[in-house]
Amino acid sequence: MGRRATPEVNAGSMADIAFLLLIFFLVTTTIEKDKGIARQLPPKQDEQPPVDIKEKNIFVVTVNKEDQILADNELMDIQDIRQAAISFLDNGGDGSCDYCKGEKDIASSDNPEKAIITVKSDRETSYKTYIQVQNELVAAYNFLRNRESERLFGFEFTKVKSAIATGDFKGNEERAQAKLKEIQALFPMKLSEAEAKKSQ
Amino acid sequence: MSKFNKKKGGELPAVNTASLPDIVFMLLFFFMVVTVLRKDNMLVQQKLPKADQVEKLKKDRSVFIYAGKPSSRYKEKFGTEGKIQIGDKYTDINALEFALSEARSKLIPELQGKVVVGLKVDEQTNVGLLQDVKEKLRDLNMVKIIYITAPGNDVQQ
Repeated sequence: MGRRATPEVNAGSMADIAFLLLIFFLVTTTIEKDKGIARQLPPKQDEQPPVDIKEKNIFVVTVNKEDQILADNELMDIQDIRQAAISFLDNGGDGSCDYCKGEKDIASSDNPEKAIITVKSDRETSYKTYIQVQNELVAAYNFLRNRESERLFGFEFTKVKSAIATGDFKGNEERAQAKLKEIQALFPMKLSEAEAKKSQ
Repeated sequence: MSKFNKKKGGELPAVNTASLPDIVFMLLFFFMVVTVLRKDNMLVQQKLPKADQVEKLKKDRSVFIYAGKPSSRYKEKFGTEGKIQIGDKYTDINALEFALSEARSKLIPELQGKVVVGLKVDEQTNVGLLQDVKEKLRDLNMVKIIYITAPGNDVQQ
């Protein structure tokens, strides 16, 4: 009646196997981090109703095929685009915008409601420059929206917006959304894109 | 007095490695969970431009379009002109509509109306190609797009 104990399995190589798998997954992992600049394309329309917009309310940014930038009829470096766009949007020429801190120049935009930024590009413009310009223009809007939300509600517009998007927002989300809407209405993003023209 | 003699051969006791597999398994599970095996084989160069005013992309409702010059190993066969890739093959601009509606039909039905098109375009591509793609997207009524970018910003303020 000798009860023989079952021999124990040697688990010494367990670590090796696990390491092997671990290294495999380490190598194949690409932690995806897709972020980008979101845009809404204009819907397809057969006939565009002609819109009457004063020339001073349009800020035209043209990028040519050599990636040179012309903003408001001035040759500009990419570094200066943001500031130029901010002063255009924040101008408040007709005095109806009481939160604008701009120069109130009559030759520039009436109020943020009417101010439109247009990006014109050439078919041979590089995508890199194109995105840089887009990024700077979005940055101009974000700067102004942050300033206003800081003044009215004491938080930064972009921070709260990204917190809600990632689900990290603590507090009443609906109320915060309403506040964001309010800020967006103060500086509505009117960024249009002209069709890229063919270069001669 | 042998009681007080020190033990001979004072070697260091071996470190107990019994919990090593547990630790490694823990790491293993972590990486297994976060791993996304890349679905699409890249046929075009993908050096994305940098931007910092970005929003996050919602993965479950997105369709990707890649564009750029053919990767170095496909250069001889396909030249160096900018090309469009959807899924794991090159797509002609005229076949874009078909390829996109096919990609859209793979999403879950509830989200097909809210589809967002992620444009992964190499920074050396011409805007003209992008323009053609956007024109097609408007035809298809897929008007929500997002230019996927890399983090950072080259512009010095």
